[in-house]
Amino acid sequence: MGGILYGVFVDPFIQMGSAPDLLLQVLWEGFVSGTLYALIALGFVLIFKASGVFNFAQGIMVVFGALSLVGLFAIGVPAFLALFLCLIIMGVLAFTVERAVLRPLVNQEPIILFMATIGLNYFLIGLGELVFGGEPKTMITSELGLPTGSWDFDVFGGLVIIQQLDVAAAVIACILVGGLAVFFNKTRIGRALRAVADDHQAALSVGISLNQIWVIVWFASGIVALATGIMWGAKSDVSFALSIVALKALPVLILGGFTSIPGAIVGGLIIGFSEKLAEFYWGPLVGGSIESWFPYFLALIFLWFRPQGLFGEKLIERV
Amino acid sequence: MLYREAGQFKTSYRADQSVFPIRQDQIGIALLIAVMFLVVPFTMNDFWLNSIMIPTLVFALAAIGLNLLTGYAGQLSLGTGGFMGVGAYACYKLATIFPDVNIIVHILLSGFFAAGVGFIFGLPSLRIKGFYLAVATLASQFFLEWAFGRVAWLYNYNDSGAIEVPTRMLFDLPITGATATSTTRYIVVLSIVIGLTWIASNIVRGRFGRSWMAVRDMDVAAELIGIRLLPTKLTAFAISSYYAGVAGALMVFMWLGAAEVESFDINHSFLILFMVIIGGLGSLLGSFLGAAFIWNLPILLRSIPETFGVAVNASTVEHLQFMIVGALIIFFLIVEPHGLARLWQIAKEKLRRWPFPY
Repeated sequence: MGGILYGVFVDPFIQMGSAPDLLLQVLWEGFVSGTLYALIALGFVLIFKASGVFNFAQGIMVVFGALSLVGLFAIGVPAFLALFLCLIIMGVLAFTVERAVLRPLVNQEPIILFMATIGLNYFLIGLGELVFGGEPKTMITSELGLPTGSWDFDVFGGLVIIQQLDVAAAVIACILVGGLAVFFNKTRIGRALRAVADDHQAALSVGISLNQIWVIVWFASGIVALATGIMWGAKSDVSFALSIVALKALPVLILGGFTSIPGAIVGGLIIGFSEKLAEFYWGPLVGGSIESWFPYFLALIFLWFRPQGLFGEKLIERV
Repeated sequence: MLYREAGQFKTSYRADQSVFPIRQDQIGIALLIAVMFLVVPFTMNDFWLNSIMIPTLVFALAAIGLNLLTGYAGQLSLGTGGFMGVGAYACYKLATIFPDVNIIVHILLSGFFAAGVGFIFGLPSLRIKGFYLAVATLASQFFLEWAFGRVAWLYNYNDSGAIEVPTRMLFDLPITGATATSTTRYIVVLSIVIGLTWIASNIVRGRFGRSWMAVRDMDVAAELIGIRLLPTKLTAFAISSYYAGVAGALMVFMWLGAAEVESFDINHSFLILFMVIIGGLGSLLGSFLGAAFIWNLPILLRSIPETFGVAVNASTVEHLQFMIVGALIIFFLIVEPHGLARLWQIAKEKLRRWPFPY
């Protein structure tokens, strides 16, 4: 018993203290995966805020964006033209989804819309595999001008390796979030988006077109998905296995609340850090790979105290 | 005309409250069950029994389980695959620890282990609602998946990490394992599924079912009329998981014959959620229709190119199948969001009036 308590509460911290360089490396890895989770969660939040749809297909949109980029490049389209074409593809996707899925299902219960996005999920998996093939592909990292080297730092007498690609990912994520913030707060469309997020009926009554707004948010989250896909694809392969990893964005959403953009980012970082720390220091106690479920449990514990998430709006229930 | 209850008078409360109050339904169900028991086993070949009838029944049972939770009690769950796994592994352990006890007893008992696990993972439901709860149930799914892979005791420390079904007898006939014929397995599955469905139909009409529906419609209001939320939600989780657990045990022992962690992954949870939604939330009939539709659609799609003699390579068919299933799900949701069960209801209304327009 004492041994277990020691292993859980004392030993990991001794390890952290005795090898601070290792701790830094783990934290950095947590930061990197945290940014990626945050980006996926961001796509979810954008759609959920504006249309109340819990978009299960966000993970597949990430894969789909990355796949079409790689696929277009493979048939000889220059990298940046391919990137531009991918943006158009995401736009067409947003338009089609609004026309074929959201518009006919308007005013249905949330669970029906949720199911429809799972249907969309299957459709996109089939389409992606049919057009681009199912085997894993490598992302065209250097062709897009992304750095691939790594920096080695001497810290606390140890070595901390930081991939330049990860730094670029973090920078791009920041730019994306900043851009979205400006778009939401300073532009006409952004203000309309916030109005829709606040109250659908009130927004309709002041003359905001819901259909148009939905196309725009799906397009925006398509762009976020494409960026995430490029980053994630550059770290590992571009394959449909990514979509399971994308489910990790769900605990992030729980932590941050479904409707909060800062929440998605903070939640992503918390999940990223804690997951890597738990895996590295506590995982060996129970046989490893606790990464697969630890974030969900962390989210559960958070929910127990704040059912609406860290940044979510307080729920008021009336009969 | 054909389907009209005119002239059928009820003279007692008992008759009025029966599961099938209309005589045509009673005759129809009796006929259907008779066909399932007496005709199907002797006319269908192994392929039909093994890849269509048995899986449809097993998934229908799991769908009933999820339907009790999501359709009747209103608690969205994405952990059904994990609960099915608990049932399967519990049954496997029981069968190895007590080899002399009848396997059917084990299958029915294994559901209680799943119910216990479901009870524990249902605890957060008191504070967490809606999609937040759905994500919380993912915690159970991933944790259970991890446990099935890591805890070697569960699969008796064998090298493959898979559970294999031993041969067990009932009335000197092998009903599980490699030597059992598909006909015997089909009859065992059918009996268990019919029995449990009958129990479920009574649960949802009774006190439990009615308090579940009150909670589903609005839990604060339900609390105000004196329904205690915690016991209600937890019984929903426990009973639902019992059904899922038995379905999982049946899936491994009566259908697959062996299973590993991947047999209970998140995709199964989604598959069963599909069945429930396409079939119709809050309808037992819908669970059967949904299971039959979702399970057999890909099989049907795969057989189409063969029938027309068109040579399409297998991977293309699989990709097309994904696309078609996805598109059909969206199509069905648009056409009839209340599922196949509602279509059946509409058909019944039409049948009542037919052939007169009014």
